[in-house]
Amino acid sequence: MAMVQLTRRNFVGSIGAAAVVPATSMLSNAVGAASVTDGPVPAKPASADAKPVYLFFNAAEARFIEAACERLIPADESGPGALAAGVPNYLDKQLGGAWGAGERLYRSGPWVAGTPSQGYQLPFTPGELFHTALRAINLDLEKRGTAFDSLPVDAQDNYLKLLEAGTLDLDGVPSGVFFSLLLGMTVEGFFSDPVYGGNRDMVAWRMIGFPGAYADYYEAIDRHGVKFEREPISLAEDGRGHIHVHQDIPANL
Amino acid sequence: MTQRLKEVDVVVIGVGMVGSIVAKELAAAGYKVVGLERGQARFTVPEFQSPAIHDELRFDIRKALMQDNTREPVTFRNHGSETALPVRRWESFLPGTGLGGSMVHWNGQTYRFQANDFQLATRTRERYGRNFLDPDLTIQDWGVTYQELEPYYDRFEYLLGTSGKAGNIKGKIHPGGDPHESPRSREYPTPPMKEHFQGAMFRKAATNLGYHPFPQPSSNLSQPYTNPEGIKLNTCVFCGFCERYACEHFAKAVPQTIILPVLLANPNFELRTGCQVQRINLDSAKKQATGVTYIDAAGREFEQPASLVITSSFAINNVRMLLLSGIGKPYDPASGKGVVGRNYAYQTMSTVASFFDEDVIINPFMASGASGTLINDFAGDNFDHSGLGFIGGAFIGAVNTNGRPIQYHPVPPGTPAWGKGWKQAVVKHYNHTVMFSLHGSSVSQRQNYLDLDPTYRDAWGQPLLRMTFDFPQNDLKMAEYVTSKGVEIGKATGAKQVAGSPRRAPYTVTQYQTTHNTGGTVMGSDPSTSVVNRYLQSWDVPNVFVIGASAYPQNASWNPTGTLGALTYWTIDALKNKYLKNPSALVSA
Repeated sequence: MAMVQLTRRNFVGSIGAAAVVPATSMLSNAVGAASVTDGPVPAKPASADAKPVYLFFNAAEARFIEAACERLIPADESGPGALAAGVPNYLDKQLGGAWGAGERLYRSGPWVAGTPSQGYQLPFTPGELFHTALRAINLDLEKRGTAFDSLPVDAQDNYLKLLEAGTLDLDGVPSGVFFSLLLGMTVEGFFSDPVYGGNRDMVAWRMIGFPGAYADYYEAIDRHGVKFEREPISLAEDGRGHIHVHQDIPANL
Repeated sequence: MTQRLKEVDVVVIGVGMVGSIVAKELAAAGYKVVGLERGQARFTVPEFQSPAIHDELRFDIRKALMQDNTREPVTFRNHGSETALPVRRWESFLPGTGLGGSMVHWNGQTYRFQANDFQLATRTRERYGRNFLDPDLTIQDWGVTYQELEPYYDRFEYLLGTSGKAGNIKGKIHPGGDPHESPRSREYPTPPMKEHFQGAMFRKAATNLGYHPFPQPSSNLSQPYTNPEGIKLNTCVFCGFCERYACEHFAKAVPQTIILPVLLANPNFELRTGCQVQRINLDSAKKQATGVTYIDAAGREFEQPASLVITSSFAINNVRMLLLSGIGKPYDPASGKGVVGRNYAYQTMSTVASFFDEDVIINPFMASGASGTLINDFAGDNFDHSGLGFIGGAFIGAVNTNGRPIQYHPVPPGTPAWGKGWKQAVVKHYNHTVMFSLHGSSVSQRQNYLDLDPTYRDAWGQPLLRMTFDFPQNDLKMAEYVTSKGVEIGKATGAKQVAGSPRRAPYTVTQYQTTHNTGGTVMGSDPSTSVVNRYLQSWDVPNVFVIGASAYPQNASWNPTGTLGALTYWTIDALKNKYLKNPSALVSA
């Protein structure tokens, strides 16, 4: 592994510089914050103890993913972070399914390293890429006598920055490629419809004021500058059974 | 084992916007027409229905409606000295697939090009002199004029029911419309859409600066409309799921809502989906097409003989079809000779973001694909380019189409890419930011072209299309200039922070820009610099017509669909009234 700039001294220095906040306590804070967001309390509030069933990540991978996602989108005064929103569960289901297996990815060789403007050119599927990179990351940290989720948050951030800078070779996966996929999928999981296993209780939508799949603003669009106050709607609510049928055009022509 | 089918009059390759309009007209005229569509059949009910259609992950991020790039991508490089590599995931541009084609997932922005655009080389020379342009630029006249196309623009807009406000009817300027537009024969079929807050802010700021804002012409309709085919469209409800989605409301003009119900009811037409055309077959002299060979969804190969072959696929796929079929001489950038693949151009997109305080509520999710407000004061040749060192321009507009949050969460420059700083900036700015698009023209240049890739193949074993493209200096200068004007408008809205992002080189396939790929089967009056004549008929094989934005010799400052609709009806007229009465070359070479 090349250019490992993370040293034990960095870690120790970071511990001194910031309070240690274990991931579990962030999770409880986050759920506490969710329960006081505006709007009615969801019928089945998300439980802080409801651990997702991981089908793709092994235990060590899951520990890294849970801690790393929460650093990418942390709980704070604006609301829950990635962990409480269920982003690790989203990642697990995506990576264990068609997307992880290379859905919508052209997979024929030859494999040649290209220019940045040519985009992704590695043979790994997203699933292969995550397993490969996570194994290398966990081995790297193990050699240093630690694990990502037991580091203080500042040290976690430093390690993520190291990955982001792209200087590590994670067993063939450039760390920058892994980091940008992790970050991209974390944002997806945070903001996508809850049916995919993240954005639990639409927390991310409530935070920014996005009404979700709700779909008729005809009366509101020219009432400029007026805040749109209503509960967001998920795909799971099935559009309240509403189907648009055209009086002249039959279904399935 | 290839199964040879019974001969038909016409084969149409690709049943999207162009294919369904052409097929409808020729079937109605009594010809037996077969439409070959590589994707699946799909309809407003049940495929496009809410709420499943309002799924940002599936449609925006996973590109559910797009060409299957696992089987049929393109390869790309910036320069001829590099090795082209497959675009392994679509990002920069998104060709559609399936019945209705790319139009199913369009935004409905329905512009005309200006008279000047069709004679760009001549008019540029006349106004700025012979030596104004970089000698590498290969811009040229279209071989057809705006005046000739006007009735066909009109017909297309009335097919769609486009909502807008005319600025110039038969030379008379009408307030509220675009005073820069070339004369139109009558008003739009339906009035403009309601204006969203960003549009209203833009209108005020642009007016104060002395510009001429007007409502974006929209084929998501402002009111119910029955088109000349007798099909009724509904009013758009501004759901904010337009581009990359299909419309569940019957409010967006797409083949399913404007023409397919009539086409599919005509027994002269037969639709075959799941059919991947491999090539257009030629006679031994390579002067006549004999039909096409395709492979169906179950892997069976068929030969479909036909008297007339119309390729109406997405622009870059039209180019590939000619290259795979050996129709026309492939372009060679070293010698500048050859025509197929020549003059590939794109669109030069820039943005301006204006950030407001949190008491200014924007509601970006309330939008249609074309409900913005814009100016043409810096588009095309509507301003004096003397001393600027470039031609072309961009429309500038608050033409925001959605607030779908995976993709849309604007933050000011300098915001961290992740962590608490990022999250707080997203929460702070999501509902308080106005985005302008600067939709810029794209000149053709000797080094930018399309050909067949020597290495990578599709799922059927055929070479992929290879794209060699970077932004010409002309367009980068244009983007800088026009973005500075956009920033001035942003400041005039009273925003507390304005950030301009002019398009910069290199062109990258990793970032969405537009799906406005043009050129490669260019139309014109000279066979040494064009693939098809002014009626989009192949110079080399006169019973092949190539209809698509691939015909554009360069791209103008506006979305290309309106012009493609006009060219489609223009070509249909030539087919019905000239070619089919006497099948031969309509223009002598």
